[in-house]
Amino acid sequence: MLVIANKVFSSRLFTGTGKFSSPNLMQESLLASGTELVTVALKRLDLHKDDDILPYLKHTQFNLLPNTSGVRNAAEAVFAAQMAREALGTNWVKLEIHPEAKYLLPDPIETLKAAEELVRLGFIVLPYIHADPVLCKRLEEVGVAAVMPLGSPIGSNKGLKTIDFLEIIISQSNVPVIVDAGIGAPSDAAKAMELGADAVLINTAIAVSNNPINMAVAFKKSVEAGRMAYESKLAMPVEHAVASSPLTSFLDGHFDLTN
Amino acid sequence: MTFKSVFDTYNWDDVKRSIYNKTSQDVERALLKQQCDIEDFKALISPAAIPYLEQMAQRSHQITLARFGKTIQLYIPLYLSNECKNICTYCGFSLDNKIPRKTLKPQEILLEVEAIKNMGYEHVLLVTGESSHDVGVDYLQNTIKLIIPQFSNIAAEVQPLDTHEYETLILAGLDTVLIYQETYHKEDYKKHHPKGKKSNFYYRLDTPDRLGQAAIHKIGLGVLIGLEDWRTDSFFTALHLSYLEKKYWKTKYSLSFPRLRPHKGLLQPKVEMNDRELIQLICAYRLFNHQVELSLSTRESENFRNHAIKLGITSMSAASKTNPGGYVVEPQSLEQFEVSDERSVHDIVSVIKQQGYEPVWKDWQKFDQLYYADLL
Repeated sequence: MLVIANKVFSSRLFTGTGKFSSPNLMQESLLASGTELVTVALKRLDLHKDDDILPYLKHTQFNLLPNTSGVRNAAEAVFAAQMAREALGTNWVKLEIHPEAKYLLPDPIETLKAAEELVRLGFIVLPYIHADPVLCKRLEEVGVAAVMPLGSPIGSNKGLKTIDFLEIIISQSNVPVIVDAGIGAPSDAAKAMELGADAVLINTAIAVSNNPINMAVAFKKSVEAGRMAYESKLAMPVEHAVASSPLTSFLDGHFDLTN
Repeated sequence: MTFKSVFDTYNWDDVKRSIYNKTSQDVERALLKQQCDIEDFKALISPAAIPYLEQMAQRSHQITLARFGKTIQLYIPLYLSNECKNICTYCGFSLDNKIPRKTLKPQEILLEVEAIKNMGYEHVLLVTGESSHDVGVDYLQNTIKLIIPQFSNIAAEVQPLDTHEYETLILAGLDTVLIYQETYHKEDYKKHHPKGKKSNFYYRLDTPDRLGQAAIHKIGLGVLIGLEDWRTDSFFTALHLSYLEKKYWKTKYSLSFPRLRPHKGLLQPKVEMNDRELIQLICAYRLFNHQVELSLSTRESENFRNHAIKLGITSMSAASKTNPGGYVVEPQSLEQFEVSDERSVHDIVSVIKQQGYEPVWKDWQKFDQLYYADLL
């Protein structure tokens, strides 16, 4: 079972809420995905409108993970998290600080600053970051509940371009590792889970497919399959044939060349 | 260094010739690339690309879906004033056009805002002519402060300002500035802007630099299509965009492509751009830049707008009035340009939904404590 900040999750598929063609379809897709943690951008919420997306997320299956998308520095992120706590009644926050406007890449310096302050203020902080193993350790030290390194640029559907660094992060981390951003196909999600990621977060690949509900189910299955494979200890790929005349067999007294 | 120093290394006629000399091989090469460069962009807007329009549209659709999803952002203009000290040969508000002049007072602005809010809008675009006496920085600053509690995002399409003036307005709550060059053809620009501050080509050209220096959130670029060869003008727009993205990397960008529409006794378009060519331009912009916002106003016809939704457009206005007081205060005053798509917000929302897209009213929020003094 996945546990983040004492909360148990039976699904390791986290989801986003943007880019869907209608709130109805978003709700049906997220229900089909089995997800228990859905992230929602505070900047998208309009608390005064009844046809806004929030009512569609009020379901016992979903826990809300407000995100700070749209902020550009640590001070704004801290303020946004406080607004989200006020508006949505949760102290969980997906910390996103991407001042870079084109690829929405996260700012590591502001993220670390904001994470430290938010932890101090009692938030459960899940920071969206580049796949930087050292940054992950620094964030762990200030008390984040999990780390969310990216697989490739957000919305790019390019899969696990950062795989070598994800492997290092996973092997070193003392907090759950959630691969976020760039996962385009169920096979990418399965791969991330096989590597030992604790969860993945998917949005674009489900939302913009021709059949978001079926795609949600496909991701659900792939995440389960990848996790099951990881827990069952995947066989390591064998790069070379096993040598028939091992170089060290002389130690056992065979093939003594002096005789 | 500003864009001027980049711009001055180009020659209009050379660029134009290079675009018109592009071949079908150039277009095919551009279509095979994941990421097009500015030479590819030339090929995509060239006459040689016309036979490839369907392929371009398919790619544009896919790229836009990945970045923006099945959504269309909605915004509406709020015309504050038609006072103007410039002569622009194509504009209804031109100084030499004898029309009753009107500048909205605070109470009138609030009436207009109420009408706009009742339609559901959260993103507003403030528009004025250029008249520092009537609609100077103080007026704009006061207007922004007046309406800030009502809107998530405030944009402005007003006279170009100095960096410190932009800083003042940004502090007041301005998020976005649209500043169209009208044309990058220096000599023609002079012909179309014979009088007023706007006649200074380079001051306008470097306005996005001043906005970038003032750390604005979003800049909108574009030219007025019809003044000059649209292909060459669009090349310079793309060049300007690339320069700005690299230099002011925290700022977002949007592009518009208003086509000159006939207006009361004024200039008729020198160059006509047909619907097929406008679609070509929209798709070419998208293939060139996957992230830029592409905006389509009510200048365009119902039929065109219905179909453009899927082709790369990311934001649209609806039920716009282009005269100060047009929503309730003074509906009969002269418009800046004639709106072509006059459908209600309700109708536009239905059309967007029918296409399988979600109309988005709010996708912006100010996260600076400054704007929430009443909460603290």
